[in-house]
Amino acid sequence: MNFLGKKKKWYLVISWIVISIGLACLFVFKLKPGIDFAGGSLIEVDINKQTSINEIKDTLIDEDLPNLNIYQIGERGWILKTKEISEEKKNQTIKSLGKVGETIEKRFESVGPTVSNDLRKKSILAISLATTALIFYIAIAFYRLPKFLSPWKFGLAAIVALAHDLLVVLGAFAIFGHFLGYEIDSLFITAMLTILGFSVHDTIVVFDRIRENFRSDSPVSHLKLEEVANYSIVQTIARSLNTSLTIILVLLAMLVLGGQTLQPFILALLVGMITGTYSSIFIATPLLIYWHKGK
Amino acid sequence: MKKQLFFKFLLILVIVALTVIVDMPGGPNLKFWLINKKLDVVQGLDLKGGTHLEYEADFSGTEEKNQETALSGAINVIEKRVNSLGVSEPTITKVSFGDKKGIIIELPGVQDSQEAINIIGKTAKLEFQEPLDDQSSGGGDGFQPGWKKTTLGGEHLVSADVTFTSSQNATSAFNKPQVSLKFNSDGAKLFEQITERNLQKPVAMVLDDSLISSPTVQDVIRTGDAVITGEYTLKEAKQLALQLNSGALPVPLKIVSQRNIGATLGKASIEKSLIAGFVGMGLVMLFIILYYKMLGVIASIALTIYTLLNLAVFKLIPVTLTLAGIAGFILSIGAAVDANILIFERLKEEKLKGKSLREAIDTGFSRAWLSIRDSNMASVITALILIWLGSGIVRGFAITLLIGILISMFSAITVSRTLMFLILRERKTK
Repeated sequence: MNFLGKKKKWYLVISWIVISIGLACLFVFKLKPGIDFAGGSLIEVDINKQTSINEIKDTLIDEDLPNLNIYQIGERGWILKTKEISEEKKNQTIKSLGKVGETIEKRFESVGPTVSNDLRKKSILAISLATTALIFYIAIAFYRLPKFLSPWKFGLAAIVALAHDLLVVLGAFAIFGHFLGYEIDSLFITAMLTILGFSVHDTIVVFDRIRENFRSDSPVSHLKLEEVANYSIVQTIARSLNTSLTIILVLLAMLVLGGQTLQPFILALLVGMITGTYSSIFIATPLLIYWHKGK
Repeated sequence: MKKQLFFKFLLILVIVALTVIVDMPGGPNLKFWLINKKLDVVQGLDLKGGTHLEYEADFSGTEEKNQETALSGAINVIEKRVNSLGVSEPTITKVSFGDKKGIIIELPGVQDSQEAINIIGKTAKLEFQEPLDDQSSGGGDGFQPGWKKTTLGGEHLVSADVTFTSSQNATSAFNKPQVSLKFNSDGAKLFEQITERNLQKPVAMVLDDSLISSPTVQDVIRTGDAVITGEYTLKEAKQLALQLNSGALPVPLKIVSQRNIGATLGKASIEKSLIAGFVGMGLVMLFIILYYKMLGVIASIALTIYTLLNLAVFKLIPVTLTLAGIAGFILSIGAAVDANILIFERLKEEKLKGKSLREAIDTGFSRAWLSIRDSNMASVITALILIWLGSGIVRGFAITLLIGILISMFSAITVSRTLMFLILRERKTK
């Protein structure tokens, strides 16, 4: 089976198209920052009566909640999002909701600018650190290579594949945010970093095999990089698919059966894992070949 | 060789037995030698329900060199107030929001956050009080009947420090801990009057209507410098100084973040997560058994042992489990079999080369180990970064994921290998 060869540029073309669509959605829809990053307050309640967003809105009109958004969860669950409000204001709001029906407070979260600014900075720092650390790590892990191969190109190819994965997830969440109201919060950043760690698993497996196949005792050590890389992919594709499938299975179980709170988080991980499996084979390795000059 | 193999198997059995004992709900606590540790799964706030409050300290009225002391004093005051709420296992910690300092307070099980906020938000108040002339008839406006307030308060106290007696004072033993007070000029005058009125009588120091200490006046103090002596241990002296400082250096606190979680929400989340975990684990086991057959059975046994080990480690450390932490645990179950898959695929390759079963197992493990180590190291790196930079929820996820990865490497290399040798050996053919 020939994964590389002349077809390899089409993999990059497909990914470029997917990323372009994702980026377009990012610019058009924009990501919806959660209260972690934007600040604000969130009230989750159960109202023991059939009601509607409009009725709730009318009931709360006197409360004058700034930037009020209302979402429904299940039959009786509701989430109210506003600018930052105090504990007292929250209590007043729930009291007002009592006019609609018996109201049970399930959750109240409020984040002021001090905390949201700090979280934003830490998130950027975390992603920068993780990316840098992984580049160095992969370069170090693959430092013992034949002279004509560069450890830095290995590391960089892996990171480009990771960047591809993250961009796909970001694009997907621009779409989810627009249609499903999913938001970018601390857990989303956590998912991104976790994807960084896991996506590189398969890349390392393939790269490790490429390195091994260039050892003198390998039957293909005399061939060109492209041929050795293709041979390596054939050898490792079963384990790549299987290792990803086991993770995807548990993520699917959590997505379908787990609680609502973590659903955006699990979905981000799921998209990232699937994309990561693809990119390890069809992005990282072709890039390695393109960047390699000579044999 | 067979003896060594059997010994390893025995070791695995012992480990499994120990983990089962630790994992048992309501199981025995560790009680031997110096260890008396309660073994329980610690639930985070989002599972147990309760109130999480984050305060930023307003240091605009505090000198740079006093800020750390002032913050410690504020924490001390809050601890007392929180204890009066009757909350079990509250946690109060210092925290940084970038270049700003603050306090995080977690109150498990507290649903009425308004009361908590009202109590915690008040700035500390230190008062000096003196006894009434006729204490037998009660009365007075002090911390208890028979006492009255003076106009001397925390605002007059410049600092309180732990010092040690010197040889100059013949009446006291050498180098004993004591607490030195320093009043400002207004405070010095007030204190002079108080000490004149109360020679050989106690003067009470009251923080938030609660008595800290009531030493007896030995001399009239005119300089604004006073020393509290007594049979103090160093720890007691430090505590007294800290309490006085919290009155001398009051720090206004402003809420910058809060979370209230209802108990029912957490409970529902746990149930759903556990179901998802079991189903996910079942799916993984089904898949690897269908695909790898006997090897899959071995991996499933290793996976079960892995899960038990994880839970035992969570209890022993203990790890505070959050909702995201449970997700991390479940995710690590899916990732745990990855190491086995790498080994099995390698094993297949070595068999195709015509090697014997034993040789194939040995070579498969040693060759696969490099890939396992290198690929898992990437996740370890990201988990460590998340632990360092993340907040409570994020950190919980990263910790469970990190523990899961490390244990998975252990169980893949030792448990699976030993089981493989034992089981496959007896069959001769796979």
